[in-house]
Amino acid sequence: MTARIGVVTFPGSLDDRDTQRAIRLAGAEPVALWHKDKDLKQVDAVVLCGGFSYGDYLRAGAIARFSPVMEPLLEQAKAGLPVLGICNGFQILTEAHLLPGTMLRNDHLHFICRDQKLRVENAETAWTTDYTAGQEIHIPLKNNDGQYVADERTLDELEAEGRVAFRYLDFNPNGSQRDIAGVTNAAGNVVGLMPHPEHAVEPLIGTGRTDGLPFFTSILKKLVNA
Amino acid sequence: MSRTPLDTVEHAAATPDVELPWAELGLKKDEYERVVEILGRRPTGAELAMYSVMWSEHCSYKSSKVHLRQFGEKAPQSDAMLVGIGENAGVVDVGQGYAVTFKVESHNHPSYVEPYQGAATGVGGIVRDIIAMGARPVAVVDPLRFGAADHPDTKRVLPGVVAGIGGYGNCLGLPNIGGEVVFDACYQGNPLVNAGAIGVMRHEDIHLAKASGAGNKVILYGARTGGDGIGGASILASETFDDAKPSKRPAVQVGDPFQEKLLIECTLEAFREKLVVGIQDLGAAGLSCATSELASNGSGGMRVTLDDVPLRDSTLSPEEILMSESQERMCAVVEPEKVDRFLEICEKWDVIATVIGEVTDGDRLEIYWHGGKIVDVDPRTVAHEGPVYERPYARPSWQDELQADDAGKLPRPATSEELKDQVLKLVGSPNQASKSWITSQYDHFVQGNTVLAQPEDSGMIRIDEETGLGVAIATDGNGRYAKLDPYHGAQLALAEAYRNVATTGAKPLAVSDCLNFGSPEDPAVMWQFAEAVRGLADACQQLGTPVTGGNVSLYNQTGEAAIHPTPVVAVLGVIDDVARRTPVAFQEEGQLLYLLGDTHEEFGGSAWSQVVHDHLGGLPPKVDLERERLLAEILISASRDGMIDSAHDLSDGGLIQAVVESALLGGKGARLIVPDGLDAFTFLFSESAGRAVVAVPRSEEVRFNDMCGARGLPATRIGVVDGDSLDVQGEFTLSLSELREAHEGTIPALLA
Amino acid sequence: MARVVVDVMLKPEILDPQGQAVQRALPRLGFDGISDVRQGKRFELEVDGPVDEAALARIHDLAESFLANTVIEDFTVRVEEAAEAVK
Repeated sequence: MTARIGVVTFPGSLDDRDTQRAIRLAGAEPVALWHKDKDLKQVDAVVLCGGFSYGDYLRAGAIARFSPVMEPLLEQAKAGLPVLGICNGFQILTEAHLLPGTMLRNDHLHFICRDQKLRVENAETAWTTDYTAGQEIHIPLKNNDGQYVADERTLDELEAEGRVAFRYLDFNPNGSQRDIAGVTNAAGNVVGLMPHPEHAVEPLIGTGRTDGLPFFTSILKKLVNA
Repeated sequence: MSRTPLDTVEHAAATPDVELPWAELGLKKDEYERVVEILGRRPTGAELAMYSVMWSEHCSYKSSKVHLRQFGEKAPQSDAMLVGIGENAGVVDVGQGYAVTFKVESHNHPSYVEPYQGAATGVGGIVRDIIAMGARPVAVVDPLRFGAADHPDTKRVLPGVVAGIGGYGNCLGLPNIGGEVVFDACYQGNPLVNAGAIGVMRHEDIHLAKASGAGNKVILYGARTGGDGIGGASILASETFDDAKPSKRPAVQVGDPFQEKLLIECTLEAFREKLVVGIQDLGAAGLSCATSELASNGSGGMRVTLDDVPLRDSTLSPEEILMSESQERMCAVVEPEKVDRFLEICEKWDVIATVIGEVTDGDRLEIYWHGGKIVDVDPRTVAHEGPVYERPYARPSWQDELQADDAGKLPRPATSEELKDQVLKLVGSPNQASKSWITSQYDHFVQGNTVLAQPEDSGMIRIDEETGLGVAIATDGNGRYAKLDPYHGAQLALAEAYRNVATTGAKPLAVSDCLNFGSPEDPAVMWQFAEAVRGLADACQQLGTPVTGGNVSLYNQTGEAAIHPTPVVAVLGVIDDVARRTPVAFQEEGQLLYLLGDTHEEFGGSAWSQVVHDHLGGLPPKVDLERERLLAEILISASRDGMIDSAHDLSDGGLIQAVVESALLGGKGARLIVPDGLDAFTFLFSESAGRAVVAVPRSEEVRFNDMCGARGLPATRIGVVDGDSLDVQGEFTLSLSELREAHEGTIPALLA
Repeated sequence: MARVVVDVMLKPEILDPQGQAVQRALPRLGFDGISDVRQGKRFELEVDGPVDEAALARIHDLAESFLANTVIEDFTVRVEEAAEAVK
């Protein structure tokens, strides 16, 4: 048996097909979800992929957050449905308050696209068990609004509870506080990060590394073994 | 106050003496007289608007047409060509049932006025050309040219252009995989912002811009129509209506990449369901162009009700609606029974779509406004039978003097120390320096099929996940070479792009070009243009790569000073399995470096002559197209059979530039030995064409040498990949960190 | 210290994709009856010393040459009295 993982397409989503490919390569079954859907088609997990939903107008993720599909998603995520937000998906999750903090414009004010080194800080979330804590990986990063910010108390809390899931290594590409690249909720089912694991799943393509594949094998194992 | 009566066809016929502002709209007297002759009466204001934009240089190619014909007349026999010149973009067969469409266009002047929006809408326009062929866009490339790197205005124009290209292309989800950035004082005030795009489709999905089948509906979809880019038509409006001044019309068009992304998805979905008979994007000349081209390429006529066009600004006059260049709009011809489904798909994607007319039995294009017929023309006279000029051209008087000013006579470095300093100066000069500050603002990864992106010799995209089939594209142009000799300069641009495609392991198939020149009214410029076209057409014929389409940009000049003639050439190639691609970066220490081709003392127009002596004179490197073809065959075979692990073409900056780039990208140094018969200076800086440097694993050396020997390509062992510095034996050593600082520090220091 | 506010808006005839996207989202969120939205930027400049005509003229120049892109944007400059009083 395998797991069915939904990928939501909002107007302006860009990496929906790439994310479906990554899910397929990991051995799971991708299920296309549409932003106007009012139910989640009984998927076992959901990925909110990267892109510029609604052109990133107003604020990145701010308009997509109010899409019909977000209602069942919010409800089920709070009940434990695994959700991964990548880049714009992360921004949507923070706008929806499923994850703390928010993303500002990169501190250098430019879009940045690079092969980014990260450290996996938490290898116990639903999406990271195939990594080991402290593992160093390279994942492509590409965004305009990637500067993670939250108030000091929230940041301290995240650190204390081990909820900083990924940290930028060697180079902080956007001015994120405490080099934070991704965070998880307390239950570990909702994870968001700015870099794009779905772009690091095949040798030869992109940077030629496959450091992103464990995101998708982690969730598959969790769902199949559940 | 009252309006004068609507200027209908009837009204025009009844009032032959009404003076129209044809001169203000850019028509010449004889052109206007020709319109009157075609119609047998004076045109209406709306007709005049259409003829004036469609007969402009930009839309009609009236100065360049007589020369461009050579691309067709001299086109080599090629089985790969599916759709040629004249459509929105050419289409090439790349095997396995796939077809690829690609094109390069200019958006030069708008990018000078408003760099961000000018460049952004340039990307938008070329991408719509690709969609209009039925293809999914898969990548973009951007050849750019700016004034001197340290000129204050470059700091205004360049960051805006780069942000605009990124802002639009990134938001569309198109990987940016190639292009160039060149600085030269000649582009001050006339930056060249060329934009290229590639799209992929199955053969059966090719769509054309034609309206056929009487009763079929014409649907306008996408953004609402505003008063964008209609400076000229506003004159008409103000003369036609005497009651109120028209509201202000924006000189600059603002792009909405989000709208364009929806347009892409919705159009592709309509294609998938086979709902579209013919399709045309709205670019320059907007509805005037789309309706007249669709109608003239089809079998029937067309009737359009302009009142049905959704407007952003309700004060627009019909002339303005016809001329508006509002972005992100397309026009489709759809069978009546499929209209509902088409509109449904548009609604799904939140795209406004409106039936504005239908295909008719006749052969006229008729346009109505408020119940009156304001246009009644033969669409072919608007779209295809515009004026054609045989502009006078003459070899400029200064050409001989320029060519006599031989760069070979320039003082060369006298000591090893001086040679080393010049190497550092060269690789750190703005034109030769790393452009990663620019290219890192573009998304390379989106769509998950990027195999190679800049600074590789060509960008490469996988198009089939199962078989690994891929396409490569390279764009090149060297205005300095073309200034010295436009005929050979254009050929060198083609040779370089061709070589770049082959260096990555792909087989060159077809060509698109963007020809950037000064004013055609200057016989010297016209000569440069004529020579460049002739050179390019001859070379395409010899290399067997047909020109599938392209774009001409004239009047790139300020006062008397024209830019260097700058033909930019894009070559598209195919590779059976992207796993066999060859990258630029050194892969493994111990691999042997071979220089392929012959090196002569050729410094005319070279980067060295520019960087060290600020000199431009003499002749550009010699062109040997048979040698280029042989080199390409060797590079492709070596890639396919796994005989080389990295390769880099030699062009501006010569061998040293190529080796430094391979070393820095791979993080591995090299030891070089100056071959017998060459001095170190010529070895390092000559820009002889038809050359590449390859890294051969030791286990493959014999096989590789045998292949080159058997096929008669000179291959000289020049060193080995080794260590963390670049050592030119007997001359100097430079550490990679020194080189990196020089090569990578320049652009951020100038622009960040 | 006084505060001068510079509001920068796209010129009315220029397409505003951002405002349009916001406006289209409104009905979905249950906000009816809003026919158009345009989005702009607001700059708050804290000025040392008196805001006299010369100072305003300088700020006007600053807005025209730097804060606004007058090819596509209009701007207004005004002194915010209330802020002055509070501080």
